[in-house]
Amino acid sequence: MSLEAIPSKILYIDLSSRSFWVKDRHELFQKYLGGAGVAIKLLHEEIKPNVDPLSADNVIVFTVGPLTGMYPLASKTVAMFKSPLTGNLGESHAGGRSAISIRMAGYGGIVIKGASDRPIYLAIHGDKVSFRDASTLWGMRSSYTVGRVLREFESGAGIRSIMRIGRAGERLVSYACVVTETYRHFGRLGLGAVWGSKRLKALVISGRRSIKPKDPKLYREVYNSIFDAVTKSPLMKKYHELGTSMNITPLNKLRALPTRNLKEAHFEDADKISGEAFAERFLGRRVACAHCPVSCIHLAILREPYVTEPYFYKTTMISYDYELIYALGSMLRLSSPEGLLKLIDEVEKEGLDAMSCGVALAWATEMLERGLITKDDLNGITLKWGDFDSYIRAVDQLVEQSTEFYKALAKGVEYASKRYGGEEFALSFGGNEMPGYHTGPAAHIGYLTGARHSHLDGAGYSIDEKSLASNVKLNVEQIVDSLIKEESWRQILSSLVICYFARGIYRPDMVVKALKPLGYDLNEEDLNRLGIEILREKYRFKFREGFDIKKLKLPKRVSETPSPSGQISPEFVMEGVNLYIKKLNLE
Amino acid sequence: MMVSSRLSVVDVDLCVGCQSCMFACTRRFGEGGLSKSSIHVRSAGGFERGFVVIVCKACEDPPCARVCPTDALRLRIGGGVILRKEKCIGCGNCVKACVIGAVFWDDESNKPVICIHCGYCAKFCPYGVIKLETQEGGKA
Repeated sequence: MSLEAIPSKILYIDLSSRSFWVKDRHELFQKYLGGAGVAIKLLHEEIKPNVDPLSADNVIVFTVGPLTGMYPLASKTVAMFKSPLTGNLGESHAGGRSAISIRMAGYGGIVIKGASDRPIYLAIHGDKVSFRDASTLWGMRSSYTVGRVLREFESGAGIRSIMRIGRAGERLVSYACVVTETYRHFGRLGLGAVWGSKRLKALVISGRRSIKPKDPKLYREVYNSIFDAVTKSPLMKKYHELGTSMNITPLNKLRALPTRNLKEAHFEDADKISGEAFAERFLGRRVACAHCPVSCIHLAILREPYVTEPYFYKTTMISYDYELIYALGSMLRLSSPEGLLKLIDEVEKEGLDAMSCGVALAWATEMLERGLITKDDLNGITLKWGDFDSYIRAVDQLVEQSTEFYKALAKGVEYASKRYGGEEFALSFGGNEMPGYHTGPAAHIGYLTGARHSHLDGAGYSIDEKSLASNVKLNVEQIVDSLIKEESWRQILSSLVICYFARGIYRPDMVVKALKPLGYDLNEEDLNRLGIEILREKYRFKFREGFDIKKLKLPKRVSETPSPSGQISPEFVMEGVNLYIKKLNLE
Repeated sequence: MMVSSRLSVVDVDLCVGCQSCMFACTRRFGEGGLSKSSIHVRSAGGFERGFVVIVCKACEDPPCARVCPTDALRLRIGGGVILRKEKCIGCGNCVKACVIGAVFWDDESNKPVICIHCGYCAKFCPYGVIKLETQEGGKA
């Protein structure tokens, strides 16, 4: 069956009453495109002010966009919800087959409300929606196994997405993630815990529709030019060959790679865990998200001999990326790539956000080092820089929440540091743990102001890097202007659910061209205006939920460890934060 | 001498699972999505194991044609079949007869989707997994 090129259907699911209905929301997609734009509008509609993120009143929104299924790299799904980690707006994006499956099942978005009284999973095959018992899957030790069981039990091989949580989500760790297609994630801000609180273990979705563009001839022409640009342009090369882990070496050389809980920004053993080292020694396969020819997903092969059984090996495939190597590698001073892969594997099995988890373990290590906590707080584990075994055991304890300390750490470093001390080296930005770029003030202004507190919001690291490369020091206003410009354009990209890796191809003129055959009549100016409007909608939600710039603060550690742009001044950063909010002109 | 063409999977280990070929196939009709695609890519039991690419093998004596009660599937020069839509009653016997699952179904028309070995999909495979091969002396 063919759908119109502008998405319209939203599937609403109420887990409490086990009911579902479909609403035509063409007007939302016409005005806000899809993805982030539509999701924030739905969030405003669906979530009442000040609800508890882990109560049945929280709502999960998934959205895709009009380019999904039509053009390559429009392959992300946007998830929005109220975050249990920050207590505010939660936004997380994932690829895999998630976006294509949602669109091919006939939907532009899915809204999940309420909570089930027992473990449940949702099977959505086109128009058919089933509420299936997940009691058997609940408590399974590995998220891989959950995927394997569902793969065999459900139909739709090749055209489906299998999203699921691990034990971390079930046990409400505030930074639990949702795993999709085993190697991709709705990582940040704790979507996994929201699923856990609703007793939603998994969601399988499949479909095989087609979509009718308004102008089929023009559509094919534009498609060909985008496909050519994606496959032939040097812009995609870095994602395609070494993948994002290629950033380790240059960032380390720049002295911007957070190491040992950002006591340093340079890791002496970075060459052992660099993208080059992984590619040479461990890379086993490269795979792609649906409808993306780039194949940036890099899977390492780890072969471990059994101690007790000669000529017996355990062979595991583990996906790696820059952010994982930073958070679970350099931050913990791990120089053994095998150890790092084992730790990544453990984090994957449990279904945790790798970045938050790494920052939490790094903070806990320093807490122990300084004597602010004892071995007993860690249930007998001595966390030590570089000792991957202790970290692997600690991940299990963290998910189990076996002590009061782990219980606190499971709520994030901001929460734990308020209780146990060590706030000055707790790398939290508005409640979210730090990403892997200590490039300069723009990165940190971005982490504090961004709607997701992410490096992907306004790409502050890139502003710092450009300023370093050109040797031109930017003043605070120039930084804030660049951040707002980039972040508002990224609202358009994430409303069209275009992977940010393709941002060099989907430039404003290309986006205008791509939208035309689908029936949108928008020019670059319209898009820029819409980008700002969507960004403001996000802040309206954030302010409604208690976002307060007076409560934001730069962790002291950030200003103590020199960045390549020099010592970071907290006053400069806070001036940037204030200016950012002022310039958004929210009233 | 007759010249015919046939789509073949050259090296399935090069497949990254991007499914660009599947989208290309439906785009032949000027549409996005997948409902008219006659090529399918799925994982070989998890992404870590690689992929399975299902394409029509262009059988010389195709089982799909043999089970067609209305003779809607005519033998194609070079192997495989051509669908005569007006004769098809949508019984689906052809889908069941193809053991590799290379006969697909279009819900909209309620008729099978059959590969015509045009090679449009191969143009959109950046990894050289599939290829259109031409051969001389094809049989009908």
